[in-house]
Order: sequence, then C-alpha cells, then structure tokens
Amino acid sequence: MIEIIDIHKHYGHVKANNGISMTIKDGSIHAILGENGAGKSTLMKILSGYIHQNSGLIKINDQIVDFSSTSVAATFGIGMLYQDPMDFPQLSVIDNFMIGQAKGIFIKKRTFLNRFYHLSQSLGFSLEPDCLVKTLTVGERQQLEILRLLSLGTQVLILDEPTTGISDLQKDTLFSALTRLTRDGKSIVLVSHKLEDVETLCDTITVLRQGRVSGHMVKPFDTNKLLDLMFETRSSPPGRLVTSQGPVFFSLNQVSAKGGRVGLKNLNLKIHQHDVIGLAGLEGSGQSVFLKVSSGLLPVQSGTICLDNKNIVGKSHVYFQNSGITYLPSSRLEEGLVPGLSITQHVSLSARPKPLIVNHKKALISSRDAIDTFHIKARPDSYVETLSGGNQQRLLLSLLPLKPRLLLLENPTRGLDLSSAYFVWNHLQAFCKTDHTSILFTSSEIDEIMMVSNRILVFYDGKVVLDKKTAETTIHEIGAAIAGKSVHL
Amino acid sequence: MKRRMESYGKMVQLLFMNPVFFIGISLLLVFIMTSMVLILTGAPPFSVYKQIFLGSLSTGSKFGHVIKAWIPLTLCAIGLLYTFRINLWNIGVEGQMIIGAVFCTFIIRLFPNSPYPIMILFLAFFSSMMGGALWALLAGFLKTKGGVNEIFAGLGLNFVAQGLILWLIFGPWKRPGVASMSGTEIIPKGLWLSLIERTAIPPAGLILTFLALFVTYLLLKYTKIGLGLKAIGLNPKASLLFGLKPSLYMLLAMVFGGGLAGFAGCIQVTGVYHRLIPSISSNYGYLALLVVMLSNYDIRLVPIVSFFFSCLNVGSIQLPMVLHIDSSLSGVIQGSLVLTFLALHALHRRLSTPKEIQPS
Repeated sequence: MIEIIDIHKHYGHVKANNGISMTIKDGSIHAILGENGAGKSTLMKILSGYIHQNSGLIKINDQIVDFSSTSVAATFGIGMLYQDPMDFPQLSVIDNFMIGQAKGIFIKKRTFLNRFYHLSQSLGFSLEPDCLVKTLTVGERQQLEILRLLSLGTQVLILDEPTTGISDLQKDTLFSALTRLTRDGKSIVLVSHKLEDVETLCDTITVLRQGRVSGHMVKPFDTNKLLDLMFETRSSPPGRLVTSQGPVFFSLNQVSAKGGRVGLKNLNLKIHQHDVIGLAGLEGSGQSVFLKVSSGLLPVQSGTICLDNKNIVGKSHVYFQNSGITYLPSSRLEEGLVPGLSITQHVSLSARPKPLIVNHKKALISSRDAIDTFHIKARPDSYVETLSGGNQQRLLLSLLPLKPRLLLLENPTRGLDLSSAYFVWNHLQAFCKTDHTSILFTSSEIDEIMMVSNRILVFYDGKVVLDKKTAETTIHEIGAAIAGKSVHL
Repeated sequence: MKRRMESYGKMVQLLFMNPVFFIGISLLLVFIMTSMVLILTGAPPFSVYKQIFLGSLSTGSKFGHVIKAWIPLTLCAIGLLYTFRINLWNIGVEGQMIIGAVFCTFIIRLFPNSPYPIMILFLAFFSSMMGGALWALLAGFLKTKGGVNEIFAGLGLNFVAQGLILWLIFGPWKRPGVASMSGTEIIPKGLWLSLIERTAIPPAGLILTFLALFVTYLLLKYTKIGLGLKAIGLNPKASLLFGLKPSLYMLLAMVFGGGLAGFAGCIQVTGVYHRLIPSISSNYGYLALLVVMLSNYDIRLVPIVSFFFSCLNVGSIQLPMVLHIDSSLSGVIQGSLVLTFLALHALHRRLSTPKEIQPS
C-alpha cells in the first residue's frame, strides 16, 4: 500500500501540486484523472522519483520513503511508463529489454531471452526480440517498456496516458494485461484524461484539479459527477461546421513521396475552401508524410501540388507559408516550439514580415494578449518548455498567422483534455467561418474526426483508401478502411 | 540532522547563485589550482605571477603590447559569438585569420607606393574581411550543402590556409634573394597602422574593435538576426516552421565570424608584424574559443576575459629570461586556468537550473 500525504510541488509561481493526499491499494488499478495542467504528471514524477517534492511524505507499507532518484524508487518496486517511450530506437527489442538489467561483463542473452518470452507470453504480447525498436509502433514500444519494468521487479506500475497514439487492438491487449497483473498483487496507477478508458478499467479514481484533489470515487462511477469534479466549467462540444463548400484551391495530382514507413503513393486530392478534413488511419500509414509534403517540408518524388492552379512543387517551405499554408507538428516541443526561448520571443519570431529591429515592447503586448485570449497559464517571460502540453498547444494556436488559407495539423488535440480540445476546435472553426480557411488534421480518435470534420480520408499503406463526406459514412466503414479491408473507392 | 544538512545545502546553493560570491570563489579556486600546478613544475608561483604582472602592465609600452594582442583576440572572439549562437563550432578561425592576412598583404603588394595610404588601408581592411568571410563560407557550404561537420571542415581548411601562407612566403612572395620563416618583406611604413605615441597601441584597431563589440551587442540582442540565430541554434526544426531558413542563417553567422577573423588577420599584418609571417595568426583562433567559453558566451564579458588572456600571453614572454623557466609554462597556466573555470561553470549551471525537467 502506498500513502501519499500532503505533497506540494512548485515551479516558480506555478503550484503544480498543492497538498495532494491519496492512498493506492495493492492489487488495484487506480486512476488519476484530471485535465491538462491539473498536476497529474507532476505527482507521478514525484512518485517515481523523477523529481522531488517541496514538501510532503510518501509511505510504502507504513514506512516513510524518500526517493532521491528513479533508481531509488525502482528499488522500492515503483516503475513508470512515460508518455513518450524512453528507449533506444537503434537497438533491438531484446537489447532494450536487457539494458539496466544485465550485470557483469558477459551478458547471458539466453537467460534474458527466456525471461522475455515467458513474460510477454503471460501478458499476451507478441514482440519479436530481434526487431529494431525504431520499426515498432508506439503501442509495441509501450509493451516492451512494460516488460522491461516488470522484469526489473516493479510492483507498482505507473502509466502516463498509455492509450494515446495506440490502436484499439493494442488498447485491448494492454488492458487485459494490466488486469492480469493486478491478479498477481501488483498495483497499477493510470494517469489519463480519457473518461471512457478509466471507467472501464479502474477500481478507484482520484480526480485532480488545479494541483488539488477534487474528489475520490470507487466503482461504479457516475460520469456526470466525474466531469463535475474534473472541470469547473464545462465548455460545449463543437459540432460539424455547416457552411457551403467553396471552390477548389489546393490539389495534389499523382503525388508520390518517400518518408515514414510507407511513404506516399500516387495521391490525388482536391481541397475546397471551408473544408475540414479528418485524416484517419493507423499511425505511420502516410498521413504525416502527406501533411509534410503538402506544406513543402518534404520533397515529392513525382506529381504536382497546385495552389490556385499553379504548380508549387519544389518551392521552399517559406514560400508555402507565405502563400498561406501553415503546418503544425504533433510533437510540440521537438518540432513546433523552441525550448530556451520565452513566449514573447516566440511572438517576435512569428511576426510576418519580420522587421530587422525586434520590437520587444510590441511583442510583450501581443504576448500578454495571447495569454489572455488563449488562457495560457504562464507569463510572457516564461520559457516554453515550462508550459504544460495544453498550454504549449494553445501558444502554438495563438502564433498561427492571421488569415491562413490551409491549416495542416498533426494531432492538434493530442494529449489535451476535453475542454482544451473543445477550445482548440472552436478556435480553429472560426478560421473556416471568417477566412475561408480549410483544415486538414490527423487524429487517432475517430470520434473526434466524426465530431468536427465534414470530410474524412482514410490512409492505408501510403494510399487513401476511403474519401467520403463524414455524413455519408459510418464508423464501421471507417474502421474497416483503417484496417485495410475495403479497397474500393 | 538531515534537515540541518538540507538547509546547509540550500545555503551553499544560494551563496553560489550570488554572482559576486561566485566570481570571488572562482578566482580563489583558480588561483589555488594554478599555484599547485606551478609548484608541481618547480616554479615559484608568486614570482611567476609577479613577473606576468610586471611583464604585461608595468609600463606603457608593455600595456601597449597587451592591447595589440587584445585587439585581434577580441575580434576573433566576437566573431565566434555569432557562430556559437547558432550552435556551430567555428574551429576554422585560425585559417580565416590567415586568409584575411593574405588578402591584406595582396592588396598592399598591389599598390606599394600609392599616394593615398588611407585608401589602400581601407581597401586592405575590406578585402581581408572578404577573404576571411569567403574562407568561412567554404566551411559553411560544406556544412549546409554537403553535410560535413563544421569542425572537420574548419580544421581541414586551417591546414589548407597554413599550407597556402607557407607557399606564398617561400615562393611567390619571398624576399628578393632569401626565403625564410621570418616572412615576407616589410610593408611600406606609410601603410603601418599609426600608433599612439610611446605605446604600441593602434587607435584605429582599438576603435574598430569597440565598434564591432557594440554593433554585435545590438545585432544579437535587438534584431531578427540575433533572435533567428538563437532560435535555430536551439531548435532548427521548429525554426523552419517559423519561417526561418537554417542554412541561410548558418552561412550568415559564418560570414560574420569569418569576416571578423579576417579583419583580425589584417590588423596583425598592418599593426603588429608589418609583414606576412607563417605564424601570423598567433594561435588567437584557438585561444578565442576559450575566451568565448570562459565568458559564458556573454559579449559583455568577452573584452574582459580577452584582456586577461592577453596579459597572460604578453606577460609570460619574459618568464624564461628572468626566472629561467620554460616559456611553455604560460600554456600550462592557461590550461589549468581554463579547466578550473570550466569545472566551476559546470557546477554553477548545475546549481542554477532546477534538477527536474518540467512537466510536459
């Protein structure tokens, strides 16, 4: 049993955890629920020894413990599965599995292979030990990390947003594996903002809001009550945009490109004004290559990209940008923002055209504006890497150009809670209404695509296998297309 | 007990965060470390320090020599600020300086007896900057177009420049009759940088160096160039999405860095040696790297640190004569000093940044 008693953690002025207490029982699946920035990740990082609390106690079986590092926490049987897998992509599965476990000069690979097979079989995972990790999907890398942690003797497994970016099948596998683990007396702590996942899997829920515990609940759960505990005010969900379809302004003709796992094969596509198009498909089926090609970031091998009937293949990304085509990547801190620069500096960077002399005062005013309008929980001089994921996404939105013609968004709501996601969509749809903007976005959640887009494209193996109006298709049809079952267009 | 230890640790951390205390303790540690190294080599540390001080700052003319070293060293260091900003290791400063000196000599040899020496000097200044910038651009293109790491490109080009200057001195530009390591013929006196009386300080070089400091400060702090260099240095992928062209900015940084290094080479020819010699760069290119790192890439500290190194360089010249110790000892002092400083910097950074990574 783990007791967490009155944990406080401050980052400068931000109180990430403000007196959190809770108890995690052995052999249970305990969920930590809350919107972005509620303090879930911080609490879990403290529990796993990744960071240290300012004050407060952690007790394991009535014994006070002090985790100065993750390795200390590991000796107490606590292991954390991070949202982004922390592994070595260049190494094989079995090498990753052995890292940190193998002691001595000569590694007994066979012993580890046996243990690996034994563990993965008991959990229903099917991983090839000799595969390179970089060829695995996010879900498979997650399975590998779970196996590694268990092999290290983890008794309390912490999972941070484990269902983000994995397929439904992998989710089922994961959930049944977790249930099996609790039967062996292990505890699972699940950090999530997905109500549905949490309700089906967990025994106990602790809801966090703004760094405090806003409530506990045990099975069976009352969804409405949970929502009330999570959000102070609930924002309304965006619907599909009802506007007349405008003329075609952007098209891809017979475009092929390399990149990702499968590349892009002979793509033909016409995009109308006011289109909101959801791109579905398993991760790495060509969607992100398509977005990068359409924004001029990746070169095409053959074919043409036309904007207003003018071929713009071969132009620089800056040319695409200046023509009103904007791309937002899904990994915000790696590709979208510049860690080490403040919000104000980002505002200066995004000014177009950039004047030679940077106007700090003007940038400061606009960044205050952005912080107010987009509800970014930060100050103008905050460095972007100190913002939570939701706030980073809101900042990126605030930096979008005034009148974009085409927005290419990779997982725009990934890692965001419902109210943040609604906010994002309400903002994006405003572009379509007032500026004739079209939006193409990827999402791993079909529900989201069905909710906001009026057209859906399903990618499979680098090709579009389904292209329909959302109103004229069904989840069933989409699901089949994602799995590559229906190939007639 | 534990709590007391914790508060003690916190106090030390706070003390280290105080800049005055930190600089004080750094100097003390550096002093102790270098003294220990000196004692190990059998040299009396206090006499060595005294001689270095006397040799660099005791008279006007010695001070002038320090300034003469300070000017090119500072120019090279300023140039490095641009490249370090964008995360490029411009190791080729040496070669860029040499090429600057070669271009300068070339211009002077073209018009040996011009009635307008000022015009020729300006032309020499300009062309040496062009020369240095071109040499740096070569490394820049190898990096942006060819994917060659700038360290290898710079180092390789240093060797090429060294070969080129030797060939010129022993070949086409040799003194009539003799070819020697002592260099080419002395340039006409009219083209020497004028000096402040009874010192060796060339005011033109001094003024231009301060100008370069000032302009660079403004450029890096207040313009889109400075912001762009920083953004690309920190995250090239995201900068692309902000409409910046990383390769263009890299070339720009190389042009600035190389231009300033080339100009330093020109100062060496017209203000210090008054001819082209094989070691015209005096290793300032490498020394400048240390200067910038010790200044923590802060332009306000660059002239001070550079002055300190110049004193060390000039002051240690007379060590062999007075104390009968090898002149390479000044290198040893420099080395131990740099290592101690870098260790302290690392400590400072560890204490000043919170241990944890913020939640993403």
